[in-house]
Amino acid sequence: MRRERKALIRILSAFVIFLAAAVSFHLTPLKSVAEAAKGWHVADPLFYLYAVPFLVAYAIVGYDVVYKAARGVVRGRFLDENFLMVVATFGAIALLDLPEACGVMLFYQVGELFQRYAVGKSRRSIAALMDIRPETARVLREGEEVILAPEEVAVGDVLILRAGERVPLDGVVTEGQGSFDVSSLTGESLPFAFEVGDEALSGAINLEGEIKIRATKAYADSTVAKILDLVENAATRKAKAENYITKFARYYTPIVVGAALLLAVIPPIFLGEWKDWINRALTFLVVSCPCALVISVPLSFFGGIGGASKRGVLIKGGGALERLAKVDTFLFDKTGTITKGSFEVSEVYPAERREEILAAAAIAESASNHPIARSVMAYAPATDHSGYEIREIAGRGVIAVGEEEILVGNGKLLEERLVEYSPLEKAGTVLYVARGGKYLGAIVVSDLPKENAAEVIGSLHSEGCRTVMLTGDAESVARAVAERVGVDEYHAGLLPQDKVAYMEALLAARKEEKKGVCFVGDGINDAPVLALADVGISMGGIGSDAAIEASDIVLLHDDLSAIPTAKRNARRTMRIVRENIGLALGVKVAVLALTAFGVLGALSMWLAVFADVGVAMLAILNAMRCLK
Amino acid sequence: MRKVYKLTDLCCANCAAEIERDVRKAKGVADASVNFIAQKLILEIEDGADAEAVVKKVEKLVRRVEPDCDMIEAH
Repeated sequence: MRRERKALIRILSAFVIFLAAAVSFHLTPLKSVAEAAKGWHVADPLFYLYAVPFLVAYAIVGYDVVYKAARGVVRGRFLDENFLMVVATFGAIALLDLPEACGVMLFYQVGELFQRYAVGKSRRSIAALMDIRPETARVLREGEEVILAPEEVAVGDVLILRAGERVPLDGVVTEGQGSFDVSSLTGESLPFAFEVGDEALSGAINLEGEIKIRATKAYADSTVAKILDLVENAATRKAKAENYITKFARYYTPIVVGAALLLAVIPPIFLGEWKDWINRALTFLVVSCPCALVISVPLSFFGGIGGASKRGVLIKGGGALERLAKVDTFLFDKTGTITKGSFEVSEVYPAERREEILAAAAIAESASNHPIARSVMAYAPATDHSGYEIREIAGRGVIAVGEEEILVGNGKLLEERLVEYSPLEKAGTVLYVARGGKYLGAIVVSDLPKENAAEVIGSLHSEGCRTVMLTGDAESVARAVAERVGVDEYHAGLLPQDKVAYMEALLAARKEEKKGVCFVGDGINDAPVLALADVGISMGGIGSDAAIEASDIVLLHDDLSAIPTAKRNARRTMRIVRENIGLALGVKVAVLALTAFGVLGALSMWLAVFADVGVAMLAILNAMRCLK
Repeated sequence: MRKVYKLTDLCCANCAAEIERDVRKAKGVADASVNFIAQKLILEIEDGADAEAVVKKVEKLVRRVEPDCDMIEAH
């Protein structure tokens, strides 16, 4: 901040001198002094009266630019911004356009100051989004509270957390209860209630009272460190647009400088008026500065990544964002991605009474810990099952023997026990229930789609994307889920290697297309497909390292709706990137053309400075829209 | 080996791009990336290279483009 203040003071004092000199030499009787100075009459004292105030103002505002330019030349670096500005303004001085040299340097420095301020501000606002780094940890060692840096805490240490404090390392709650604010981690705004034994994710904020947690991971392996590493340091893979623009800048500057040289030499040979042509050439030098072009692109990408991270979507670098914008085909894993990944009772078909079948099933399933049994227990009202002896029969189901015999299982179980039943053709697991030899009905247990799955698939369709579901499950199960959520296509009965083969075939068939393929999975045994896809999205948090490594985007929470949002964000970011490139290039080319034809006259160099720093500012402001 | 550095006083986006280009070409550097916004240099040093010498060389390259720029190792 002190640097900015110093720059501001320099600019202001130079501006006062510049203004005083310009006004007096143009509007007061001193005008004759300016007239007398025209033409470098070095012997005339009036020349110095005219030149010195402008030169002083120039030195105050531009000495560092001159110094940096000189240092650059010594180190063999021509054509950087400082050098170009110095040549342009020294040229103007040589032509005795002193007010112009001085004013342009002033204008340039004002622009630079604004630009630095804007970059600093946007950097801070993006950093604030990612402000989940815990500063300290309060550790209990030998009964004493000590404050340590999170890196110094060992696995097994007990940490004390007061209300409002951030969990510094991943751990388990050992004392106290309350709720965590995890919004900065996952974008989920509802507090997350916890009690003893629950997991405490680093980065979460303890909302109420004092609690104790035991660290289960070192800081470097904790969620928060992984997230920060992902967002800040995964940028080795830059976006094509970013590499393109820096490459472009590399040729742009020498070309424009070359054009400036030609402009200064060739036309005057035929047309004369060398002073005017040199002036135009100097303007070219100012326009040749590449910074406005280069700055806007990475800033837009960084804004896009920052905005997504606010919603719990971690994007690994600009490259991933750019590819996501191009994706037109989404492949989804079924279990755990489109579906909840857990079983639930989806339908009940009572032969006579609903309460009867549920009560019987609840008794028979009460002893089992099998996911299907638990789904029945969760669905049926609590029932007294004392007095029953329960046996599990592998591949068949369960038999509960008490005052009557209860059978719950597949068709084979009922056939073997000679109970008549009506077979059902349903997606999912069908449990037939009988009591005392009498058929009570059937319960269908299945892995249901997530509540918003259909809506998410719908909004991807409205974005013009195709959706495909891949699953290892049976055809009938896959069809039911596919119909329910409305995917365009599904493929059932795929082994993990079949998914890889499918993806390879799809990518090969689409090789010519400019669009991309995205795979969404939960990272469990689909890491190879995630890595293969143009964009791999893994869901459900920062769990497996293999999945994080393989994917381009990590969704910190289990919410599918982040996918269409991220897709829209990516497209918007790319649009802003294109706008910025268009803006910067368009203004520069326009100023070059107008200058070459002499349309702008005396204004040209001022506009050239605007084309550099002014446009950079506009691009920065535009880039900040990516944050939203 | 991967190292992350904070680059202080990196004030021009084009200079950041130039630093990245130069550092990538340096001997012993497998890959490098300069993030102008985060003011970070991520350096991937080749296996078997003398890390200290590589870092010294990289520091020199950075200074050539941005004389006021310091490299501070981050975590």
